[in-house]
Amino acid sequence: MASDHDQTGEADGINRLSASKWASLPIGRWLLMTVVIGWFALLILVPTIALARQAFAGGLAPLGRAMASEEFRQAFGMTLGITLVAVVVNTIFGVCFALVLVRQRFWGKTLADGLVDLPFAISPVVTGLMLVVLYGPDGWIGRHLETGGFRVVYALPGMILATLFVTLPFVVRGVVPVLQEFGVDQVEAAYILGAGRWVTFWRVTLPSIRWGLAYSMLLLIARSLGEFGAVMVVSGNLLGHTQTATLYVHDGIEGFRPEGAYAASLILAAVSFFMLIGMETFRKRLKASKQS
Amino acid sequence: MASVETTRSGGDTGLPDLVLRGMTLGYLGWMVVLPIIALGFQSLVAGPQAFLDAVLDPQAVHALKLTVVTALVMVVINVVMGTATAWVLVRYEFPGKKVMNALIDLPFAVPTVVTGLMLVLLYGPSSVLGTILGTYGFSVIYSQPGIVLALLFVSYPFVIRSVQPVLLELDRAEEEAAATMGASGWLTFWRVTLPTLAPAIFTGAALSFGRALGEFGSVILVAGNQPMKTKTTPLYVFGEIESGNKQGAMAVSLVLLALSLGVLISLNLYQRRWSLEDGK
Repeated sequence: MASDHDQTGEADGINRLSASKWASLPIGRWLLMTVVIGWFALLILVPTIALARQAFAGGLAPLGRAMASEEFRQAFGMTLGITLVAVVVNTIFGVCFALVLVRQRFWGKTLADGLVDLPFAISPVVTGLMLVVLYGPDGWIGRHLETGGFRVVYALPGMILATLFVTLPFVVRGVVPVLQEFGVDQVEAAYILGAGRWVTFWRVTLPSIRWGLAYSMLLLIARSLGEFGAVMVVSGNLLGHTQTATLYVHDGIEGFRPEGAYAASLILAAVSFFMLIGMETFRKRLKASKQS
Repeated sequence: MASVETTRSGGDTGLPDLVLRGMTLGYLGWMVVLPIIALGFQSLVAGPQAFLDAVLDPQAVHALKLTVVTALVMVVINVVMGTATAWVLVRYEFPGKKVMNALIDLPFAVPTVVTGLMLVLLYGPSSVLGTILGTYGFSVIYSQPGIVLALLFVSYPFVIRSVQPVLLELDRAEEEAAATMGASGWLTFWRVTLPTLAPAIFTGAALSFGRALGEFGSVILVAGNQPMKTKTTPLYVFGEIESGNKQGAMAVSLVLLALSLGVLISLNLYQRRWSLEDGK
């Protein structure tokens, strides 16, 4: 890999080449394609292959041993449990809030709309710290919970809160544009025909937003499975305790137990690959349903 | 993100609507607003002097500088490569294009800590590539180029995904007109195509910059833990939390938070102005 300076220099050349495309210089076009695809391969594909190679380097036996360990299964169980909670809570919130944003008018709506995006902008470490400040033993809320014998920070509830925070915007952002496009004509028709709110939601609104919803839920799941920084701060990173899959990877590398880290990473990468295929499918469905 | 337009015609807000609004706004306030207020209050409660001392700590200053510089280097590379990649994906046909287009989003789906591990395995001191680079006295992992590399990976899709749709909608007639009137390919690109793409490129750049400011998982594995050398702001905050210096962690967090919110708000204002000018 060349130095950063060289990369920018190289990249400058590409724009010049891309511009000369109209002059139909096949060599320029060919060069631009090579650089772009080469960059993609070098940045994205080669590291992925390096992981797979390393994970299988010792054959299947060490991988199997790592996966069979109690710690490994607990970490993945923890991640799946937290993800399930995040999906349920933030999907319900996301759909409800999207409905509120699109179909209601109220003071401060623009502000509320902007606040939803905040978790995308905040560093995971800062997220974790904010939760420690609020729910820690001397925090505004934590103080009262601790006297009641309920621990949030350095325990599972804190990790769930952290995941809820980082995944909060996905469903809102995914559903709002679809709802706007859908409009209210069919909903009002349903009301006129005597359908209640509940029936209208299940029979009219939900089917119309289903692909946008499915797509954003996948993004939410991917983010939740992979969340690391916020959960690490909140969990207190106690070895052997309160571990998620990503914390397990980190501890494996730091603690010189790399086989476990490789195995867990391989599974996480494979899962994200399949989620990507799912996202692509849902996005196509969404596009098709918009055109029809 | 642009403001949401109300589609319901009348103001027929019933009780269920009010309940729904109250509950969702309550959740938003409790989950997002309250933690931010708590952080802001607790980091300033010890007085402005304590806050300034914590932020002006040489290690904190270095971490903030390193974060901004590595993020800027990444943004420059990303803007050029992202625009070029969007261009190739929209205008050219080649075998495997669909697969590549689907895999662009891989960095959004892969956990950051796995990204960090991948890079360590590929460029680390014990890898083939790392050994070759090492003999030329060039190290990637546990040094600053590694940080830029990690940031490039995690923010790879941003510019591509903002430019791609605009390029798809772009009216080729203008470019062709410019070319017919004798403008060279380079001139056409600078004067016709690039100005149209500029808002989308800026959006992608701002999104990737914001993401880079806070990036933690991939950087922690790649950067090692060397104060005044490879400790970016999130790593510094994490280190201060671990060593029990909560005041320092909170003060620097507040600065980082202000930076990321600044990026988000400027982007929002910019997009609003841009969509107004477009008459959308």
